[in-house]
Amino acid sequence: MTTTLASESVTQPPAPEPPSLELASYGDRVFRWILTLGAVSIPVLLGFLVYELWVGARLAIAKFGLEFVTTSTWDPVAEQFGAFPLIFGTLVSSVVALVIAVPLSLGVAIYLTEFAPKSVRQPVAFLISLLAAIPSVVYGLWGIFVLIPILRTGAFPFLRDAFGFLPLFQGPIYGPSMLSAGIILAIMVMPYIMSVSREVLLAVPDTQREAALALGATRWEAVITAVLPYARSGVIGAVILGLGRALGETMAVTMLIGNRHEIAASLFAPGYTMAAAIANEFSEAVGDMHLSALAYVAFLLFVVTVLVNAAARLLIWRVARGSGVGSKAL
Amino acid sequence: MNRRVFRRLVSNAMVGLMVFAVVVALLPLFFILMDLIVKGAGSLSADFFTRMPAPAGESGGGVAHAIVGTLIIVGTASLIGLPIGIAAGIYCAEYPGSRLTWVTRFVADVMNGTPSIVVGVFAWAWIVATQKHFSALAGSAALALLMIPMVMRTTEEMIKLVPNSLREAALALGYPRWRTSLAIVVRTTLPGIVTGSLLAVARIAGETAPLLFTALGSQYMSLNLNQPMAALPLTVFTYATGPYEEWHRYAWAAALVLILVVFVLSLGARLAIGRRFTLNG
Repeated sequence: MTTTLASESVTQPPAPEPPSLELASYGDRVFRWILTLGAVSIPVLLGFLVYELWVGARLAIAKFGLEFVTTSTWDPVAEQFGAFPLIFGTLVSSVVALVIAVPLSLGVAIYLTEFAPKSVRQPVAFLISLLAAIPSVVYGLWGIFVLIPILRTGAFPFLRDAFGFLPLFQGPIYGPSMLSAGIILAIMVMPYIMSVSREVLLAVPDTQREAALALGATRWEAVITAVLPYARSGVIGAVILGLGRALGETMAVTMLIGNRHEIAASLFAPGYTMAAAIANEFSEAVGDMHLSALAYVAFLLFVVTVLVNAAARLLIWRVARGSGVGSKAL
Repeated sequence: MNRRVFRRLVSNAMVGLMVFAVVVALLPLFFILMDLIVKGAGSLSADFFTRMPAPAGESGGGVAHAIVGTLIIVGTASLIGLPIGIAAGIYCAEYPGSRLTWVTRFVADVMNGTPSIVVGVFAWAWIVATQKHFSALAGSAALALLMIPMVMRTTEEMIKLVPNSLREAALALGYPRWRTSLAIVVRTTLPGIVTGSLLAVARIAGETAPLLFTALGSQYMSLNLNQPMAALPLTVFTYATGPYEEWHRYAWAAALVLILVVFVLSLGARLAIGRRFTLNG
């Protein structure tokens, strides 16, 4: 069916439909059917995931309802469960992580997009992406044997002496604590915040910078007055994305936070997070109610991270609509 | 002070602060890698890769069971996850107008943000709770679920880079759609798809949380998917939190092996992609 077909078809009556076309449309249907199966399986799996979590948590949901979120007893023997200390610990450790990670990652992202020499950009971005490739459990190992000893003997006493008037930095110093977990989390979420905000900043049109510079702004002023305002919602999205990561991070936190169902004002005190409680107690839980309470915690964690990630995506989309920014890092 | 000089100074000071931020951000990477090598490399020996663990508290032995376990669990997860993820990715790229594409893409993004521990609870509820025993298969299922949305998104992004003219040329030559998709579009993006798959495998190879109460871990060599199975990340966790000095040394060595595997996979992915596409810097 090349040149001959084209020249002969003008004079000859149309030939009967060649069988290869039928075969082709049959092949097309089978092909599409297989692909559709793959595509459908993703929403189906998510629906199944939500359903299984709900089934697992059913007992606890029926018994404790929403009070689960506000009460603090965690007594597997008496089968009384309340997740407030877990939620509190999850939030506090994530906030500590963001307080440390956000200035750092924004600094790196702005430097790499606006100031760094070309030869530096790719290598630094690559090295920081390696940080994202390190498994969580390796962070935990390093945290236990390297970071905590440094913090306990150096940084924590220093913080207590310098800022001891704040309730955040009072009380006895153990190694494993909310602050240790927050610091390791900061290291872990930094690459995500950095790479997404870098993509967002790259999506800012050059005319924004040029206009500011033409008006006589210094390069820093151009960043502050023209680039960042344009990218604001995307950068906030990147930060929220980091928050989503921090909320669900499990292994490193489990190994560093001390795992105590308690609420303390001091960051030096041990705590617990939702993910860490599931990791620690699930395989050893004996009673059905204990298992169900942990599944309830997983269910809550799932709902929260879905909301947080949806918010982040919306914000990132507003800066770079349709360009796929952030999807890789997500 | 002259106002202009002051503004210049502020600008330079901020750049200085940002360079400082870069240094601070990279410090953990260097320290972690250095500590892994310093504390882990000494325990690497032929025994480490080929022997089974010694009884608790005694010295000697290795982690052969965990290396084999990781290969089996991650291999099974890839067998389940890669075809589904790639098929879904091709669908979303080839039928961009369909409503299913929109739903799948959205759901994949939701799943990408789901904590791995939650996926672990799901695999537990689905497989372990119904079978009433821990199994490596449940761990593989959890890892597969983590990998599907990652693979799907990279496949889709890669296929979208194929110029439409290429597709039109094939169709104009009389290729049916399925052959156009497979022989032209997928063929062109194959390095990209391989990269996405390798990155996904690297990501799940280091996952610990979803295996805690599915594959569970084991002190013995097991090749049975229906039984609990050891895995390197689980070994790192157990040994690191255990009470023995010897275990800690093995945790460092196992972590070093784990990170080498992950880095080799990620670097291999970047090489496979060549210079034609760029993924994430």
